[in-house]
Amino acid sequence: MSFPLLTVTAALPAVGAVATAAVPAARRTAAKWLALLVSLATLVLAAVVLIRFDPDGARYQLTESHAWISDFGVRYELGVDGIGAALMALTALLIPFVIGAGWHDADDADDRADEQANRRWRPTQGFFALILAVEAMVLVSFAATDVFLFYIFFEAMLIPMYFLIGGFGDRAHAAGEEEGAKQRSYAAVKFLLYNLAGGLVMLAAVIGLFVVSADSLGQGTFSLPELLKARASGDLTMATSTERWLFLGFFVAFAIKAPLWPLHTWLPNAMGESTAPVAVLITAVVDKVGTFAMLRFCLGLFPEASSWATPVVLGLALVSVLYGALLAVGQRDIKRLVAYASISHFGFIILGVFAMTSQGQGGATLYMVFHGISTAALMLVAGFLISRRGSRLIADYGGVQKVAPVLAGTFLIGGLATLSLPGLAPFVSEFLVLVGTFERYPVAGIIATVGIILAALYVLVLYQRTMTGPIRRPEIEKMPDLKVREVAVVAPLVALLLFLGVFPKPLTEIVNPAVEHTLSDVQKKDPKPQHPVAEHAGSDDKPAGHGGGDHE
Amino acid sequence: MTGMIDVASAGGAPGVHSLWTVAAGAGDKLQAPSIEYGKLSPTLIVLGAAALGVLIDAFAPRRARYGAQLFVALVGLAAAFAAVIGLAASGAGTTEAQIAGMGALAVDGPALFLQGTLLLVGIVGVFTFAERKLEPSAHGSRVDSFAAQPASVPGGEGETQAVKAGWTTTEVFPLLMFAVGGMLLFPAANDLLTLFIALEVFSLPLYLLCALARRRRLLSQEAAVKYFLLGAFSSAFLLFGTALLYGYAGTVSYSGIARVVSGTDAISDPVLAQTAGNDALLLIGGALVVMGLLFKVGAVPFHMWTPDVYQGAPTPVTGFMAAATKVAAFGALLRLLYVVLPGLRWDWRPVMWGVAILTMLAGAIVAITQTDIKRLLAYSSIAHAGFLLAGVIATSKDGISSVLFYLGAYSFVTLGAFAVVTLVRDAGGEATHLSKWAGLGRRSPLLAAVFAVFLLAFAGIPLTSGFAGKFAVFKAAAEGGAGVLVVIGVLASAIAAFFYLRVIVLMFFSEPQADGPSVAVPSVMTTSAIAIGVVVTVVLGVAPQYFLDLAGQAGVFVR
Repeated sequence: MSFPLLTVTAALPAVGAVATAAVPAARRTAAKWLALLVSLATLVLAAVVLIRFDPDGARYQLTESHAWISDFGVRYELGVDGIGAALMALTALLIPFVIGAGWHDADDADDRADEQANRRWRPTQGFFALILAVEAMVLVSFAATDVFLFYIFFEAMLIPMYFLIGGFGDRAHAAGEEEGAKQRSYAAVKFLLYNLAGGLVMLAAVIGLFVVSADSLGQGTFSLPELLKARASGDLTMATSTERWLFLGFFVAFAIKAPLWPLHTWLPNAMGESTAPVAVLITAVVDKVGTFAMLRFCLGLFPEASSWATPVVLGLALVSVLYGALLAVGQRDIKRLVAYASISHFGFIILGVFAMTSQGQGGATLYMVFHGISTAALMLVAGFLISRRGSRLIADYGGVQKVAPVLAGTFLIGGLATLSLPGLAPFVSEFLVLVGTFERYPVAGIIATVGIILAALYVLVLYQRTMTGPIRRPEIEKMPDLKVREVAVVAPLVALLLFLGVFPKPLTEIVNPAVEHTLSDVQKKDPKPQHPVAEHAGSDDKPAGHGGGDHE
Repeated sequence: MTGMIDVASAGGAPGVHSLWTVAAGAGDKLQAPSIEYGKLSPTLIVLGAAALGVLIDAFAPRRARYGAQLFVALVGLAAAFAAVIGLAASGAGTTEAQIAGMGALAVDGPALFLQGTLLLVGIVGVFTFAERKLEPSAHGSRVDSFAAQPASVPGGEGETQAVKAGWTTTEVFPLLMFAVGGMLLFPAANDLLTLFIALEVFSLPLYLLCALARRRRLLSQEAAVKYFLLGAFSSAFLLFGTALLYGYAGTVSYSGIARVVSGTDAISDPVLAQTAGNDALLLIGGALVVMGLLFKVGAVPFHMWTPDVYQGAPTPVTGFMAAATKVAAFGALLRLLYVVLPGLRWDWRPVMWGVAILTMLAGAIVAITQTDIKRLLAYSSIAHAGFLLAGVIATSKDGISSVLFYLGAYSFVTLGAFAVVTLVRDAGGEATHLSKWAGLGRRSPLLAAVFAVFLLAFAGIPLTSGFAGKFAVFKAAAEGGAGVLVVIGVLASAIAAFFYLRVIVLMFFSEPQADGPSVAVPSVMTTSAIAIGVVVTVVLGVAPQYFLDLAGQAGVFVR
């Protein structure tokens, strides 16, 4: 019995959450440091996972398997492939920044009075404990190789997220405190209802999967490796219509989580009303579970149905890319702008996943990681900006770069990463997704490219309106630049964006074998090159290294 | 030796009393019924304790009653539970399952599992009944949530004096014990008459208990009258159905009717020559009996009493009733459908489909509009009855065991939730209007968090017992070919999730009202009731396997 590394990695933040919540009301700072230390320790463990992972080894590594609920055919099974390991690392990486950026977000303004009234009300402890709880659940989701285990944490993570969105908002709300609270709770409920409805649809499909596997194999099972094996050997067969229904059940849940147009409408509300670190948690960490699950479960379990649905999914992904980008251009609210930009980016990710080429899916996986980092950088700096001025409206700013150059500079880098400027990490992944899509679906590839142009538009216009120009408002003049804590949060993210932009190889090496496995699940091979562009990309064995190499 | 007794008791001296006695024929000796006292001990212990409780209330001095009643009730329930465990350990639930009491009662897996559940529910119920720290003490003596003197007119002279004297109604304990005793019989009943008697034995004490609220007595009495009237209707249905089934089969025993339905037994009774084997009688009779049970379950369209009674009854009674009645009635329904009417499966399944769908959807949708927490929980219980019916419809061993598991999980969530409701109070007693719950999370985060756990379990969020139960019944239903029902159940769950969440939003994200309620500090009784609820909810959610095994082993009826 080897050391249960994955369990420990996921359990550490869970234990940390309980410990943080138990810190007495008066010791707020201690709770923060405790949460930060736990998240850093988790990062170390996630790094160990990444190092111990052998790209040339078995498909699922560091596996653990224990009986859990045998009546339901459920086992406690963990194991990572390259995609899971990379996303676990991303999650563990971002949480310390989220905690650092949210350092003061949960300090009650009138806490003195509150403390007198009720010593049990501990919002600060709760805030950090909830963040750690989300981290723990997300880590289990990325590591679970049992469909049911995945489902449980996929659903359960909604609850702490819900409290994070509804319970903690920006101090100053444009429409006043009362209206702010109302909108916040609306956003939280919308978030939960959308995701819960998706989850319940998935529950029906999960039960269906059990019944199907029980019919074919005699004993119902949820174990992904076993199901894949049975699929490959032909022991597990599904009627075409059954497979399609089950696929839809899973896909709808993931498409809501991801989010894919037209199921995306909860995201702008949730990201707009929550504090910037929580918004990062939503879009950079939690939503990744949706796209990850498409790769792992939809394609793996229902290859036939995936191919069947591909045209529609690609269409929706393209709509997401363009619609998200267009609406981002029209936003007046910084956070909602980032939210719509994210919808556009998730469109790219789903496009890459369903292009069913190795570049597409490899690019999509990289995209998940890089989008996490770039959005974190942009959104956290935006959060610092908003906390200084107390407004989310773009029109309330202007000329910030004169008084706060570091803030403006990091904001620009985050923005440029979002628009996939060559040299920054997201470029590599976006390029790969487009190449991968173009290989099989040239038209889709071309349409998606329009998304990049729109991205340049919304990012640059945002920068121009907030940072450049004359200082029109007196509040801006007194605006302080980034503090040490804030620089400490942003600088590593910027460094990572630059580093991975020119040297993504370590990551691609881990991800690529997993992508090959997924493609073999759906029995797709990369199409033979037919025209020069595809040939150029398709002939390269290590496309990602190539993409980055251009700018070295 | 036996001959001598026979002569002394039955035969007597021939000729002396020949006017009103007839010499027994040779083969017609009066047989003493053979009762398996050991097998029936759980029920006997509880009913014995109930009778003892009546004696205590009649003869013990007022001061000593509370302690004595509490002691007798708890010891009785615990002893009965121990007896259930003993029976189960001796294999009475599996290999040694048998019909006891001259064919009146079944001692088998489902019966023992449900009796065990009911006894635990009863123990927790006693805890909430015995709580005396919530109401402000009246004239120096601590009082519970029951009327000082239920017989007096609300607001009248008698009541004033009773309150002044600090009286309390210790009768509630024997009433509770009688109700538990009847409920223990209900799912074990193996003939229709026992079923009816058990129904009355547990219903009558419940009608009374509903009328005993200390506050808002008129509402409470109204609830009791409604419950009684509608309950009487349902009893009448049940009895009428029993008569028709007797006319059809010539017997009221479950297995006897089943044999006639399946055609293995012919009816030779000349009296029934006109009616025997008449399918109309079978269908109408079966439908009427099932209707009687669906009433107790609270399934649509027999659910009308639920919200009013839940709201009006004293909250500890509501909690006990909501949990225990459902367990007992679903047990009886399962036995009826699986033992008596499996031959009619193709007749009752479509009807039950309709009832299940209506129940799930109506419960979930109407609950959205509720503004009173107790009514909200009442409609939620209706929706849950629908989910349970989905498991009943599965007609498989998995169906039985999943329903058993769901009942166990659901009852403790319900008890816990209603126990929390008793704690949120303002000057007028319990503050059950939802608007008063705004901001409760800020005033007392712990209590609100506990209530949130119960609500999440009701909503079926993973890692709570509600999810494990829901998954079990939906899985059984899907395997039984009721995939459509599962999809509708999932939709209803999504709707239901909305109103559970609304309460959570209210508690955590709304500002507390200035004149909002306060949370009473309960005694160890209510605290342990809530704690048991939370522990069961979490344990059944995280590690349900042991209990699923238990329910799985218990999933076979004896006939």
